[in-house]
Amino acid sequence: MSESATATTQDVGSGSRDAGGHGSRAADLLAGPLGRNLGLVIALAILCIVGVATAGDRFAAFDNALTILRLASVIGVVSVGMTFVIIGGGIDLSVGALVALASVWATTLATQQIAQNVHWIVMVITAILVGAGAGLINGVVIAYGKLVAFIATLAMLAAARGLAEIISNRRTQIIQDRDFLAFFSGDVLGIPTLVIIFALVAVAGWVLLNRTTFGRRTFAVGGNAEAARLAGIRVQRHTVKLYVLSGVTCGIAAVMLMARTTTGSSTHGTLYELDAIAAVVIGGTLLLGGRGTIVGTVLGVLIFTTLGNVFTLNNLSSSAQAVARGVIIVLAVLLQMRLANGQTRTRSSRSPTPATDAGSAAGGPGGPAGGGSAVPGAPAAARPGGAAGGPTT
Amino acid sequence: MTAPLLEMHGIVKTFPGVRALDGVDLDVRPGEVHCLLGQNGAGKSTLIKVLAGAHQPDEGSISWRGEQIVLGDPQAAMSLGIATIYQELDLVSGLTVADNIFLGRERSRFGITRPAAASRAASELLARLGHAEIRPTTEVGGLSAASQQMVSIARALSQDARLIIMDEPSAVLDNEEVERLFGVIRDLTTHGVAVVYISHRLEEIRQIGDRITVLKDGRTVATGLPARETPTGEVITLMTGRTIEYVFPPRRSGPAMDGAPLLEVDGLGLGGRFAGVSFGVRAGEIVGLAGLVGSGRSEILETVYGARHATSGTVRLGGRRLRPGDVGAAVAAGVGLAPEERKSQALLLDDSVYRNISISTLGRFARAGFLSGGAEKAAARAQVEALDVRPADVTRIVRTLSGGNQQKVVLARWLLRDCRVLLLDEPTRGVDVGARSEIYALIRDLADRGVAVVVVSSEIPEVLGLADRVLVIADGAVIAEAAADALDEHRVLDLVMEGTAAHGGAAPMKTQFEGDVA
Repeated sequence: MSESATATTQDVGSGSRDAGGHGSRAADLLAGPLGRNLGLVIALAILCIVGVATAGDRFAAFDNALTILRLASVIGVVSVGMTFVIIGGGIDLSVGALVALASVWATTLATQQIAQNVHWIVMVITAILVGAGAGLINGVVIAYGKLVAFIATLAMLAAARGLAEIISNRRTQIIQDRDFLAFFSGDVLGIPTLVIIFALVAVAGWVLLNRTTFGRRTFAVGGNAEAARLAGIRVQRHTVKLYVLSGVTCGIAAVMLMARTTTGSSTHGTLYELDAIAAVVIGGTLLLGGRGTIVGTVLGVLIFTTLGNVFTLNNLSSSAQAVARGVIIVLAVLLQMRLANGQTRTRSSRSPTPATDAGSAAGGPGGPAGGGSAVPGAPAAARPGGAAGGPTT
Repeated sequence: MTAPLLEMHGIVKTFPGVRALDGVDLDVRPGEVHCLLGQNGAGKSTLIKVLAGAHQPDEGSISWRGEQIVLGDPQAAMSLGIATIYQELDLVSGLTVADNIFLGRERSRFGITRPAAASRAASELLARLGHAEIRPTTEVGGLSAASQQMVSIARALSQDARLIIMDEPSAVLDNEEVERLFGVIRDLTTHGVAVVYISHRLEEIRQIGDRITVLKDGRTVATGLPARETPTGEVITLMTGRTIEYVFPPRRSGPAMDGAPLLEVDGLGLGGRFAGVSFGVRAGEIVGLAGLVGSGRSEILETVYGARHATSGTVRLGGRRLRPGDVGAAVAAGVGLAPEERKSQALLLDDSVYRNISISTLGRFARAGFLSGGAEKAAARAQVEALDVRPADVTRIVRTLSGGNQQKVVLARWLLRDCRVLLLDEPTRGVDVGARSEIYALIRDLADRGVAVVVVSSEIPEVLGLADRVLVIADGAVIAEAAADALDEHRVLDLVMEGTAAHGGAAPMKTQFEGDVA
């Protein structure tokens, strides 16, 4: 981490911008996903070591790795959508309920009948459309109705699960279509289809966030909505798109859950919102918006799933697991904050001109310490600006 | 002569790149109303913050009742008896009047609050201020600005303040409320409380003030002037005539100055803020809006841009009407705004330079939504080099740049967009002296390339030096319009103060003037 920070700042210091080519690409990689998520990688590694130590070969087996990934896949897909919403400055509490609603809607007798006549893809499309539609409602209510996201999606959480209960009559709906189940429960070259879907969604999410105008605008809207608006970005429209995206990932997750359980049910996806938010937040995404990564979110999901796996292999109760989960959230976020602070501290101590506030802050502690004379505060406040006077003004 | 309550001597306060206070002297006697005058940027706000303990001076001495003191933090100032009433009142709107007055010093017994006792004490204070009609149990959020100000003053009194600093208290009040405020101030001063009163309205200062101190460019240029006798002309002369000379690029004269306006603003109004604003800007022309804080100049700019929804009037660009309240449409049509609050309204502070520059032009670097990072960075780099942003590193985080370079990043954003109309709100606020001339040259260069520019600034010399034509704004209306070289700072300030003295009156007269007014 510190290495990566040094690398970038030295680049700046020496002023050899064009020497960038290869050297900075390597530095970019270190400063990029891996470097920034070092804390998470360490946490995951520790979990794996604990797993090997306590469960030995049962944990280290290839099949077990696939089990972990398969368990991670559904919540992982939801978390990718959640990452976008949170980076964009919002929150979506309705994801679990949307998964339930989409799974129920896609498995009603009527839908299954059509699917039987046409193709099982009808069920998939239904689930995704239901998710997108509910997301659209969330987005419109938040962006144009100016309702706080927390409240709007809380309302959707209640309403969507209720609607799912009404549609299903509180019964579990069995999926009859063998082709559907065969397709989704199968594997490609030994990798389960569900895991492949998760991988595809994560990669698509990464590309969307980092390589498209949509992703860039998401950062802008979450980072400073007013600046984004005055820069000509249609913030409201963008906000709607974010919730639709989250709804779509819920639809995909619903299909995956339907395949895994061979049912659609109004009890699917219970508490997914909390799992997804936890994964996103320990993944280093700022809950206030404006900053975050897909890689961090994926690592966050893997950490929680691996934790569950280690506990299960050691025959520990799910209650103990819940406690460990809570502890991990706090530890991971604390660690993340430390690392992030270290990074900014390195940055600002090297930067020639700190923001104006930094100057007065530096003067702050200097003043009272100086007692009678106010002079000692002066050099502290003046130095950073003065030294840099040449290159930066 | 009474012994001074407060004496400040040789106060210096520097921020990186800016010497906000450069040797300020001030003495305040008990029971007087001491008026502080100075243009925007003269250092009034910084001085207040030093007095309130929010900023520590780098040099100079402060003594209170003859003893040297250090105001290390706001609590220190408060416990000495210095209370500050800021322009944005620092009240908690969800709490009651009594709660606000005793905030932090709640009336309690064994940790249990005593609302009845607090209410009684609050009532007494408010009655003493002649505002017994404000009930201590009402929520502050529902009160008028004037009543909220009274709550702030009551809070100061409850802390047994000996010196109350009022930062433009009349800005939010109507004439009748101002009269009542003056009644309160007179009552306070007869009880020996001193008031430092800041206002732009000379009329008020004549009415309520005892002595005047004038600040200019962070220095005290006159102190202890009698508030009632000093001629207006002398006060204005003291406030004007900058000691720092800015270098303004020469204007271009010639054929570009005729022809149809590119931007036409007609009868624009925003309910309660301004009304009937009309002007045109030709391609290649710089039009300046001069006026005081609160005169409506920034609102006019934001309404033209669509960031505020106009309640009347139209904005046309090249003959085509812009949809009111639609920033996206304005940007698409080729309008750009560099807003007043750069950090909160324009920049993504924790993002890199190139991302800040390209944010309004993303579509150009994308194919089917996929960004080409290389093209984007190259385009941003070209702008950074053209504008001489230092350091010339497009991956640098914007927060770490100086004010001048941050402003260049905002300008680069609109340059990259090739916008036809550029609206600049306080383009050199927070920009140090060296970088100012560069920004001026940049703006002139833009105009020479055919951009229609509108500049708002509270620094009159800046508007006069930069613009081809100047509109003087006061109380939400254009009160005068003239070529920039037909005006001088003295005249503009005169107009502005006259206009503001006619505060609350009917629609102000529109004066045209010609030739020299000096």
